[in-house]
Amino acid sequence: MARSVTPQRKAFNTAAAWAVGLLIFFPILWTILTSFKTEAQAINDPPLFFFFDWTLENYAVVQERSDYMRFLWNSIAIAGGSTLLGILVAIPAAWSMAFVPSNRTKDILLWMLSTKMLPAVGVLYPIYLIFIRLGILDTRSGLIVVLMLCNLPIIVWMLYTYFKEIPGEILEAARMDGATLKEEILYVLTPMAIPGIASTLLLNVILAWNEAFWTLNLTAAKAAPLTAFIASYSSPEGLFYAKLSAASTMAIAPILILGWFSQKQLVRGLTFGAVK
Amino acid sequence: MATQHSRSAARLMMAPAVVLLLGWMLVPLTMTLFFSFKKYLPLRGGDLGWVGFDNYIRFIDSSAFWPSVQATLVIVGGVLAITVVLGVALALLLDQPMWGQGVVRILVIAPFFVMPTVSALVWKNMFMDPVNGLFAHLWKFFGAEPISWLSEASMQSIILIVSWQWLPFATLILLTAIQSLDSEQLEAAEMDGASPVARFGYIILPHLGRAITVVVLIQTIFLLSIFAEIFVTTQGSFGTRTLTYLIFQRVLESQNVGLGSAGGVYAIILANIVAAFLMRIVGKNLDA
Amino acid sequence: MGRITLDKVTKSFGATEVIPPLDLTIEDGEFTVFVGPSGCGKSTLLRLIAGLEDVSSGQIRIDSKDATMVPPAKRGLAMVFQSYALYPHMSVRKNIAFPMKMAGIDEAEQNRRIEAAAKALNLTDYLERKPGQLSGGQRQRVAIGRAIVREPAAFLFDEPLSNLDAALRVGMRLEISELHERLKTTMIYVTHDQVEAMTMADKIVVLRAGHIEQVGSPLELYHTPRNLFVAGFIGSPKMNFIEGPEADKYNAHTIGIRPEHITIGTGDGPWSGVVNVSEHLGSDTFFHIHNTGLAETITVRADGEVGFRHGDRVTLTPRSDVIHRFDAQGQRIAA
Repeated sequence: MARSVTPQRKAFNTAAAWAVGLLIFFPILWTILTSFKTEAQAINDPPLFFFFDWTLENYAVVQERSDYMRFLWNSIAIAGGSTLLGILVAIPAAWSMAFVPSNRTKDILLWMLSTKMLPAVGVLYPIYLIFIRLGILDTRSGLIVVLMLCNLPIIVWMLYTYFKEIPGEILEAARMDGATLKEEILYVLTPMAIPGIASTLLLNVILAWNEAFWTLNLTAAKAAPLTAFIASYSSPEGLFYAKLSAASTMAIAPILILGWFSQKQLVRGLTFGAVK
Repeated sequence: MATQHSRSAARLMMAPAVVLLLGWMLVPLTMTLFFSFKKYLPLRGGDLGWVGFDNYIRFIDSSAFWPSVQATLVIVGGVLAITVVLGVALALLLDQPMWGQGVVRILVIAPFFVMPTVSALVWKNMFMDPVNGLFAHLWKFFGAEPISWLSEASMQSIILIVSWQWLPFATLILLTAIQSLDSEQLEAAEMDGASPVARFGYIILPHLGRAITVVVLIQTIFLLSIFAEIFVTTQGSFGTRTLTYLIFQRVLESQNVGLGSAGGVYAIILANIVAAFLMRIVGKNLDA
Repeated sequence: MGRITLDKVTKSFGATEVIPPLDLTIEDGEFTVFVGPSGCGKSTLLRLIAGLEDVSSGQIRIDSKDATMVPPAKRGLAMVFQSYALYPHMSVRKNIAFPMKMAGIDEAEQNRRIEAAAKALNLTDYLERKPGQLSGGQRQRVAIGRAIVREPAAFLFDEPLSNLDAALRVGMRLEISELHERLKTTMIYVTHDQVEAMTMADKIVVLRAGHIEQVGSPLELYHTPRNLFVAGFIGSPKMNFIEGPEADKYNAHTIGIRPEHITIGTGDGPWSGVVNVSEHLGSDTFFHIHNTGLAETITVRADGEVGFRHGDRVTLTPRSDVIHRFDAQGQRIAA
């Protein structure tokens, strides 16, 4: 039941909320605006808001100089690859936990989550060493595996909560109807869980895309994704605001769009179902 | 609720995930433990033998240790305080009827999707730069002397950047929790003569209790290991060297793996203490 | 064919025994209803027969073949679930076709059976819809259709009507009974509603805490309940139970008399009391009588409209030939 309020009250709420919203969004807005300025306009005193000569020059320069497409491709391959791989491993596991629970299911779920809580820095060197030994340092496949393992607990967990909402009777009906386990998962469970699988996919692509510990420490040139691309602007290029902004905009735009689509599922995925 | 057949199938299907995670957890952990008892300098002689608890003692005794613990706690505590308080306020505001709620929500959530390296760089250069940063312009506009944020107020700056990234998370979760509050409860309280302040204190805040705990625990775990924000801004100087960053420096910059590993074990223990509390809450929720 | 035999079947979940050793035979073509209060193990029993749960010990035979370890799909049984368990992402046609597709039946035969089932169940116009666009009754029919096309040895129904509203429930009850008349296939039907049991069954199995309390035709159970539990469970309103001196007169620990076997009046009668509540249904009237000195409340049924009101003093005359007698253990004392 939405409570009715006076128009004045609503206007006040609206004004306050928009003001706060714009304030929080401002750094992103400012970055996007600056990316269309010339370098001189970008550091103009006083700052220019909308009235400047809009230019796309920075995007061209950034692309030319740092080969944005290569970093982008690495990001897509790493985020997408690790998530898809994770989902393939997680679907059977989540099926087991949701539909054939045993008294250990809860412990296994919690244990899986607890692996997510291990501070990465504590195992940085061993992973580094393993990567060198296996010759997968600075490769996409190496990062795909590490990020898959990082996010696997979240993927299993999210799928588990979505699967739990599917009534077990439907799967039993499929079993009675003669479906094998494979057919049951392929023809009945997966199509029914598509929305849940999609939002799991989305959230984990975002998390993998923004992951900035392993991607910075395990890549150099070949497999570096956008997180590293931006970190390379740390200095001295960072002083070229317009180019920094163009690079930043290119790095965050794809995921910002995905994120807006997935905002509804975000809470559930990030709190492991503790807040609904 | 199943047959023997489906139970054994279930075990089989769970195996890949369990084995992978077990390996991911145990192998590096064992190696870290192993190194932590060794003098191990990859670039200066490699494995120089067992040293017992030497690394653990040296890590704590080093002049950098306590400041790094302090820096970690200040950052975690500061960000938590800011995000929880502002998060509750913002969630209350966004829960009110208004025009364009969906758009405002999107504006507020956006920072969460910005990759940490980007947000750190944008804040560092375009806002906090003492010459050309937006803050410098603002300060000059009011006739004040621009501040060199990342060196003079380094902690506050880092806390500001990280809070900006995590405020959306807190807001979103608290908003979800507020929206799950039965509005009849609030109406009943109103009928019982409770003022808006009393309604907030006696009904809304207790209802949010669990969500706040979850926000605090999850953020703590992530904040304990923030890395990119420091990596691209101060590189650990000006008192912003956190425990995570200290370990990173020991391992990769000074290539003292034994010492860094001992630090890693401390970090793991610290994270586990927090995680234990979070697990208890999540576990309780599983039963419900 | 569909003769189902349970031989010393037990089921335990961990340390709790849900079904103690149980023997039961369901004859081919019989409509058998498992009835009992919730938690009595009736659904578990059905799931054991279906193969969705393993028995802990004992044997299940279908047509004299040991089916104890046979997976559900291979038992040749079809099940209609309480929630209907339709596949929400498939059209009605695909739902009904699913078991045939799994069995590898060729497409022409599939279509023939779908058309036949749809015609019989009035679903022809809805074949291309998704389950979400159907009413409760239609969903129920789709679930039945999905069961029919498999041409199973027996149908299993797990409280199939409990999600329907009262009016629809009566209609579907008739449809299922008609279906049984037409197909003559064994049906096992689980319900907690004794009215469904009485109206549909050839044979009723009354269960309590995993035990079979009595097996028999509806009228056998009505006329000669074996114990107090069955006596109280079958029949509506409930049978009145009277203990003490009045029961002693009949050489029993407890006597039972059904509300429809007591005549209410104002003249002379062996029992008397005061009307507390009267429920007027038009066709019948139920009176709840207090202060009889026999039991807290005695329920009486009268035909048609009878005009006693709250506080009226009335006399009650039981039909002595239909008084049920039970011993101290609650077992029936034979006449």
